[in-house]
Order: sequence, then C-alpha cells, then structure tokens
Amino acid sequence: MRGQSHDMVQLLTPDGERVHNEDFEFTGSTEDLVGYLRDMILARRFDAEATALQRHGELGLWTPLIGQEAAQVGSARALRTPDVVFPSYREHAVAMVLGLPYSNLLSMFRGCDGGDWERLETFKNYQIVIGCQALHATGYAMGLQLDGAVGNENPDDNAAVIVYHGDGAASQGDVNEAYVFAASYNAPVVFFCQNNQWAISEPIALQSRIPLFERAKGFGFPGIQVDGNDVLAVKAVSDWALERARNGEGPAFIEAFTYRMGAHTTSDDPTKYRESSDDEEWRGRDPILRLTRYLEKEGAIDDEWLAKVEEDAKVLGAEVRATIPQLKDTTMDRLFETVYAEPTVALEAQRREYAEYAAGEDA
Amino acid sequence: MNESLTMAKALNRGLRRALQADPKVLLAGEDIGKLGGVFRITEGLQAEFGENRVVDSPLAESGIIGTAVGLAMRGYRPVVEIQFDGFVFPGFAQIVTQVAKMNMRTGGRTPMPMVIRIPFGGGIGAVEHHSESPEGYFAHTPGLKVVSPSNANDAYWMIQQAIQSNDPVVFMEPKRRYHVKGTVNFSAKPQPMHQAAIARYGTDATLICYGPMVKTCLDAAAVAEEEGTSLEVVDLRTISPIDWVTLISSVRRTKRAVVVHEAPRTLGIGSEIAARLHEDLFYVMESPVMRVAGYDMPYPPARVEEEYLPSVDRILDVVDQSLAY
Ligand SMILES: Cc1ncc(C[n+]2csc(CCOP(=O)(O)OP(=O)(O)O)c2C)c(N)n1
Repeated sequence: MRGQSHDMVQLLTPDGERVHNEDFEFTGSTEDLVGYLRDMILARRFDAEATALQRHGELGLWTPLIGQEAAQVGSARALRTPDVVFPSYREHAVAMVLGLPYSNLLSMFRGCDGGDWERLETFKNYQIVIGCQALHATGYAMGLQLDGAVGNENPDDNAAVIVYHGDGAASQGDVNEAYVFAASYNAPVVFFCQNNQWAISEPIALQSRIPLFERAKGFGFPGIQVDGNDVLAVKAVSDWALERARNGEGPAFIEAFTYRMGAHTTSDDPTKYRESSDDEEWRGRDPILRLTRYLEKEGAIDDEWLAKVEEDAKVLGAEVRATIPQLKDTTMDRLFETVYAEPTVALEAQRREYAEYAAGEDA
Repeated sequence: MNESLTMAKALNRGLRRALQADPKVLLAGEDIGKLGGVFRITEGLQAEFGENRVVDSPLAESGIIGTAVGLAMRGYRPVVEIQFDGFVFPGFAQIVTQVAKMNMRTGGRTPMPMVIRIPFGGGIGAVEHHSESPEGYFAHTPGLKVVSPSNANDAYWMIQQAIQSNDPVVFMEPKRRYHVKGTVNFSAKPQPMHQAAIARYGTDATLICYGPMVKTCLDAAAVAEEEGTSLEVVDLRTISPIDWVTLISSVRRTKRAVVVHEAPRTLGIGSEIAARLHEDLFYVMESPVMRVAGYDMPYPPARVEEEYLPSVDRILDVVDQSLAY
C-alpha cells in the first residue's frame, strides 16, 4: 500500500491476530476491547442512520465515517476529562464516545442551527473550513500551557488537546502554521490525521510525496504512523502522544492510516474517482471485522453478544430517527441576538425591521 | 489628569493599562516583544509583563489570528498586531470565517473577545502593501466590530474599550497620525466606543470621516471658515457599527454631507453612508451626499500618493459642488 511505512504500528492484524510491537503495547483489558467493539458497531449504525436520513431529505448533508471507526474510537478512548477535542466534520464516533448528544450533530447537518452545541468545553464545533481548527487547537493548547495545566506533579491536573484533520488538510497553510506554532511554543496538542486516502476525489499522492507522518520531523516533533483500522494500536499510540503532551513534552503527530469506505459526503459518488478493487482490498481490513474475529477467538464475545449489540444498534437507530422531529430550528431572533455578544444599536434596528415585516406577513 | 502624548504613546499606555487590569489580556504579533513592534506601539511591554503576556509570534498571520481564536476559547483576551495593513490577508480567512462567526455559530456560547490591531492607511511614503485601507472588508463582515481612533485621547481609551469588549474588534490605527500629539485625559470617563463625535461644529455642510482623514477634514474646515463657509466635522470613530443617530442628526441640521476616506470609492464606507442618508433624509437634504475617496486603483507608488489621497483642496472642491446645488 503506497504511503504505508514498514514502521507502521500495528497490534492486531486484519485476520484478528495479536502482534508484538517493540515500542507500543495495548494496556487495556479484553473487557475494554469488548467495549470498543460495541462503540464501533454503534457508531457505524449511527452513521448509517444519518446517511439514510439524508437520503430521505431529513438532513441537508452527511459526512459518513464508515471505515474510520477504529481511528476515532481508539483515539477518543485515550482521552480524559480535562482534555479538549477540536474536530473536523466527520468525528461522529469521537462525539459518541465522549457522550455528546448526537442530536447536536444531526441538528447542524439538518440546518437547525450552526453548532449551538452542548459540552463545547470538551468537544468544539465541527469545522467546515479545512484546517482552521488546527490553529484553534494549538492556540487553546498554548492557553493550557499558560494556565499551568501541563506538566504538573499530579497527573489529574494535566490536560491536552487533540485535533482531528484529514490528509487533504495537511496541504493547508493553516495546518502547517499550526505545526509551526505548536513546535515553537511546545504546545500540548496532538495532531491526529486520519489519512483516509482521499480528499473528496483527490488521492493522497496529490497531497504528499512522502508518508505524512514523516513531515512531523521537519517541524520538530515526533510523528508516527499507526494502522488506523486497528483500535488497539490507535489507542496505544494515542495514549503515548496525549501523555507526552500532558506531561509538557509538547506536540506529536499521529497519522492514522485508514480508508474512507463510503462517499466523502452524501453528495459525491466515489465510483467516479476510484477503483472498486481498492474498496475490496480495504474491506479486508475492516476495523470492526478485525476486532470481532479476535474477540471471538478469545471467547470474549459470541453470537449472543453480537445479537444483543445488534439489538442495541436497532434501538439507537430508532432513537436517531425519533430525534429528528424533536429538533428545533433556530429563530431569526436568536440569530440577531447572537451576532454579537454585545448588541449594537444598528443591528437592533434591523431586528425590529425584520419583526415588523414578519408580523405584517402573518397578518 | 491631563497629559500631552503622541497617539503612539497613548496606545502604548492604553495597552499597558489593559495588561495591568486583566491577567487574561495578552498581546501577540511579529516583532512586538523585544523590538516593541515596528511602530514601537508595544515598546517596553514585554520587559514589564514578560514573554507569556507579550508574545513574539512566528511569521504567519493566519497562525497569529487562528491561535488567538483558540486562546479566546480558553478564556484569554488576545490582542494581536498585524504588522501592516497589506499583510492582514493571509489571516483574512480566519478573521471572516472564524473570528466573526464563532459567537453566532455557537448560539452565543463562544464569544471572541479579541482585538486585531492594524496600522493602516497611507501618507508615509512606504513601499507596496504598507499603505492600504482594508476596513471595508471587515465592516462588510457581520460579527466584527471595526473602529478607528483619530486622536491620542481616543487611542488611549478605545484600545482599552476594545480589549474589554466581548466581541472581536478590528482596531484600525491611522499610522500617519501615530506621531501627532494630543491631550489625553486619564481621569474623565471616556465616550462609549461605538459613538461618533462631532469634532467641529458647523452649519453649512457635514464632513464625515474617521481615522487619518479626521485631521485632514479639520484642516479643510479651518480653511473653509476663512472663506466664510461653516463646516461640521463628524468623526465616526466606529466604522461598524456606524452611529447613525449622531450622523443623521448632524446632516439633518446642515442638510449637506460629504464623506471622506482614503479607501477606494467603489463600495467603500462612503457608499453605505450615502445610501443610508438618502434613505433617511431625502426630503431634508439640499444636495446629494458626495464622496471624496481614494481612486479605484491599487494603492499607488509613494511618490504619487499625495495625488491619490483626499487632500484639503479636493475636499473643498467637493464641498463647493455640494453648496452649489
Ligand atoms: C478551505 C476549504 N477548501 C475546500 C473545501 C471543500 N472541501 C470539503 S472537504 C474537502 C476534502 C478534505 O479532505 P481531507 O482533509 O483529506 O479530509 P477527509 O474529508 O478525507 O477526512 C474539501 C476540498 C473546504 N471545506 N475548505
């Protein structure tokens, strides 16, 4: 596979065999892994439901995550309470692991609001402009450092920031500027790049001649490539990077080598730009299948367990569908109210103008 | 307590007070630390407040503004310096897509208390990209507030008000007036930031201006007075939001208005002011609102900039046209 390094960290093969790595090991229990599998199955279901809702015209757009479950669940499970996430627009599984109400995500893609989310202190808004959030994350991490929230004796006092971006985003100026700032100020930020091989229709080869993780060295911090479809490896590598950051050892770059199994968004057609043989090959690396195989072999799960999770997924699906009619559209009033934190006389005048016009229309 | 200071020194004092008043205020930008900024506005502040409060940034405007977004999210009140007007554009995307929209996008949960200081405008004989007036781009962007002090007293107070504001403020500093002295009153309660000021009272026509053009307009009004014409000068002080109350009441009295700015004429601030005055005062005014502005060309080479910039003579010519109606 082009761009895949010999040093790529892998702890579980696509066939579900544990492998040893010199530098990284998965420290969780089998029980934890059963939990991760459940996370991944539910995330895939949530994603499938949302995709279907878009097809039924209930969402304006959806950004499917299918294929990237291990990258997201593995990294999210490495987070702790004071850590903060700066997502792109596809990190649904991260949001779910952190317990963010998924109605928030649906609401944004339905166009009910622009990201009026709960728990923004932990999980920031989805970002549509490619790469912008890498700088926000870095600035926030600089703030953590200034606040003395890094490198303390007591590990509970330490926090880190994780920012998700894509392989295409790695070409953006903002992302590269974020690497520079993070390095210059030794900011506690982990750049988590999901190299899903594609930026809409553009292959990774168009963004980079070298494997992306190798770029980190040029910015002055460690970069590592991990099998993004191996949740054990992703968790192990994320633990390492986040722990370094919390300890005050500065930024790190993780390239999760993965694959977007579906479309970029519900508006594109991947058959126009890629071979079905690629899909086939990657299907063999499916993150969910891999962990299922392993846990079955271990005797940690069985058909009954799988049937139970399938049942939970169905319930989740029904909940997701039931959420839609409950989503409330924002109002023009609320928008007028929130353009500024401190309202202006000029805009208040427009607000009254709108109110008079709207009242007249109703009459 | 009064003191005579240049606008540059007044800004420096204002920043210093803001740093003293609130530990969450921090300054960032290129060369603002040891050097004190290319215009020395931040001179001495790093020595006094340390490298964590007055931060030298890598040479990356988007990085400066984008990281300030993150710092604001973390509870800081970043004040960033863009070295020159023409260099704000690499950071433009962050300003218009992130800084301006964050409060509304998040339903008011993530305000952006940030100040973006930009030394702007021409008249200093500089090379390309060092003399521009990009305020229109920002004033056209909802979610931003845009202000420009024209004198030392306003500079001192408005920079502090901008820093205290919970909204992002683009703070346009008229660089060719940096070294003009004025009386700063340190004890009197300042005017609200988003209020225009009548810089000179008059009866025959209103000159509307802000930042660097206020002095030029006052000079024009002084000359006009010798010729028997009484001009009122309104210093907008705030470009977004515009204080329509003060502006409209002035023009209602004088019945004539001329807007003066350095930025190119087409779709400039003057266009908005003219449109609004015509909407509100059509039956009151004796002549159409007229404009004296930069021409619709990229800022010219320094040796011809005086031809480009609104001058006392050009302003008085247009005033004559207005009075001739
Ligand atoms: C600045 C900017 N340019 C273009 C776009 C349109 N766009 C949306 S997603 C995308 C591809 C991004 O690819 P990548 O960074 O690899 O992320 P992925 O979606 O694969 O996770 C593009 C070009 C955008 N949102 N922002």
